[in-house]
Amino acid sequence: MQIYLPIAELPISVLMVLGLSGAVGFISGLFGVGGGFLLTPFLIFLDIPPAVAVATVAAQVAGSSMTGVLTYFRRKALDLKLGGILVAGGLVGTVLGVLFFNTMRRLGQLELVITLSYVTLFSIIGGLMLYDALRAMLRVRAGKPARLKRKGGTHPWWMGLPLRQRFRRSGLYCSVLPIALLATVIGFIGAVLGVGGGFILVPALIYFFRIPPAVVVGTSLFQILVTMTGATVLHAVTNQSVDIILAALLLVGGVIGAQFGGRAARNLNVESFRLLLALLIVSVGLRFAVELLLPPSEPFSVVVPESAR
Amino acid sequence: MRRLFGLIIALCLTPAAARSETLVAAMSSHQIQITSNYTGSQLTVFGLVERDGRSVSRGDPLDIAITVRGPRRMLLVREKESLGPVWINRTQRRFPDSPVFLFVATNRPIAEMMSPVMAERGRVGLANAERSPQAWFDDATTARFRDSLVRIMESKGLYDYRERGVTFLSNALFSAPVDVPATAPTGTYTVDVVLYAGGVALARQQTHFEVIKTGAEQRLASAAYDWPVFYGLVTVLLALFLGWGSSVIFRRD
Repeated sequence: MQIYLPIAELPISVLMVLGLSGAVGFISGLFGVGGGFLLTPFLIFLDIPPAVAVATVAAQVAGSSMTGVLTYFRRKALDLKLGGILVAGGLVGTVLGVLFFNTMRRLGQLELVITLSYVTLFSIIGGLMLYDALRAMLRVRAGKPARLKRKGGTHPWWMGLPLRQRFRRSGLYCSVLPIALLATVIGFIGAVLGVGGGFILVPALIYFFRIPPAVVVGTSLFQILVTMTGATVLHAVTNQSVDIILAALLLVGGVIGAQFGGRAARNLNVESFRLLLALLIVSVGLRFAVELLLPPSEPFSVVVPESAR
Repeated sequence: MRRLFGLIIALCLTPAAARSETLVAAMSSHQIQITSNYTGSQLTVFGLVERDGRSVSRGDPLDIAITVRGPRRMLLVREKESLGPVWINRTQRRFPDSPVFLFVATNRPIAEMMSPVMAERGRVGLANAERSPQAWFDDATTARFRDSLVRIMESKGLYDYRERGVTFLSNALFSAPVDVPATAPTGTYTVDVVLYAGGVALARQQTHFEVIKTGAEQRLASAAYDWPVFYGLVTVLLALFLGWGSSVIFRRD
């Protein structure tokens, strides 16, 4: 069954979109990430204009993180104070990101920016996570604790910057500045790439601020929820590229898949969970790297600059 | 230079062609409506060649060339080139005012109908339909990009040439199906029907059809442009509602 998308201006198979978003939703529920980083490339691959894919996935990510936020809020694994700072920084980043997105689109370099960012971001983050997960696995195998114990009383320097605040639920006493900066960067990346940024925020909060993982996932989902809500409205207002029909289809598949993913996550041990997530991110990065590195079979491409509308 | 010479000769010859045939052409429909289950559409061009009873019978058979041009946009053609280890878009050429949809149908291959110079001058065929006189002074790169533009649009199904797409139902009546794929843009399409004999245009006629969004598709698309804030908020609320709904439905604790 095909349905015509009013903004993307092409028909698409309903079952394929539901299946795709269901599969991505499963992965997103399994790993506590938005899943936008998988969905956006898939949609572009299906010939949906990149601008529409990015803007529409923002709506999808907002909806699917809503489910997670409610769950974590009920379990009290959500630090609203930390979340508030992440949101404030994230909104600034989102506005900057949408402005950058529209500038690049005018210059005709959006596709290159998106591909390059995927390659660098995913290779670096995926690589780091893979390294860390493998090291942890080897340590377990050698009979040592998986994680190096952190020495009490030592703090990285950025936690001691001015404007220190106590975050009770996260067990954190830290300056607001580095957290806000991190949130701004992630809001920016999210708006440009149409991803929630959970896959960056979660490891960053764990490694840089040493917040307990359970609280991190809930809080990062909260931040993603608010920034992606903002990003959707901003994309709709500034470039009219949000496709409501596509968003609805993605959401239906995504939220159902996420529920099953969330259940499957309970049967997965932490170390293999981290290894799988790392492999997933690296493979997405490689997929884009191949596109960038291999000589293309068709070097020419035709685009209709959308500002001409 | 030889081509230019050919053009001049051809131009000089044109007025000599007698116009004793007339051409009538019509579309099966003047509107394609995009609804939510739209997956492309097919129209038919019908035409009739009327011969003046007194006209001398010609040695050359009559040929028909139909060219359908979609809405015009600026098309940007980019070429990926290697920069160190990576392949990125570097050179680009703009083709302003190019049709996003182009369809050519003839009753027999163009090469049998007329010489390449005449096809170029008469703008018959995918490569010639949009060739401006200025294209003769194109550098090699621009010519390469122009060829690639046609090739890629063909692979996307937006440009198409059917060398036997026009069927003569009798020796006066002809028809040609025109496939409009779902990816063809909304807007006005012009249909040019030209009657040839021995490569010389005897009569021509132009007609139009339009592709428009209707019903829910049209309302959603215009809402996105006319009330973007409202549209954005509705989309987000829908997203949050579905997210909330699934957590309620699947809640077990």
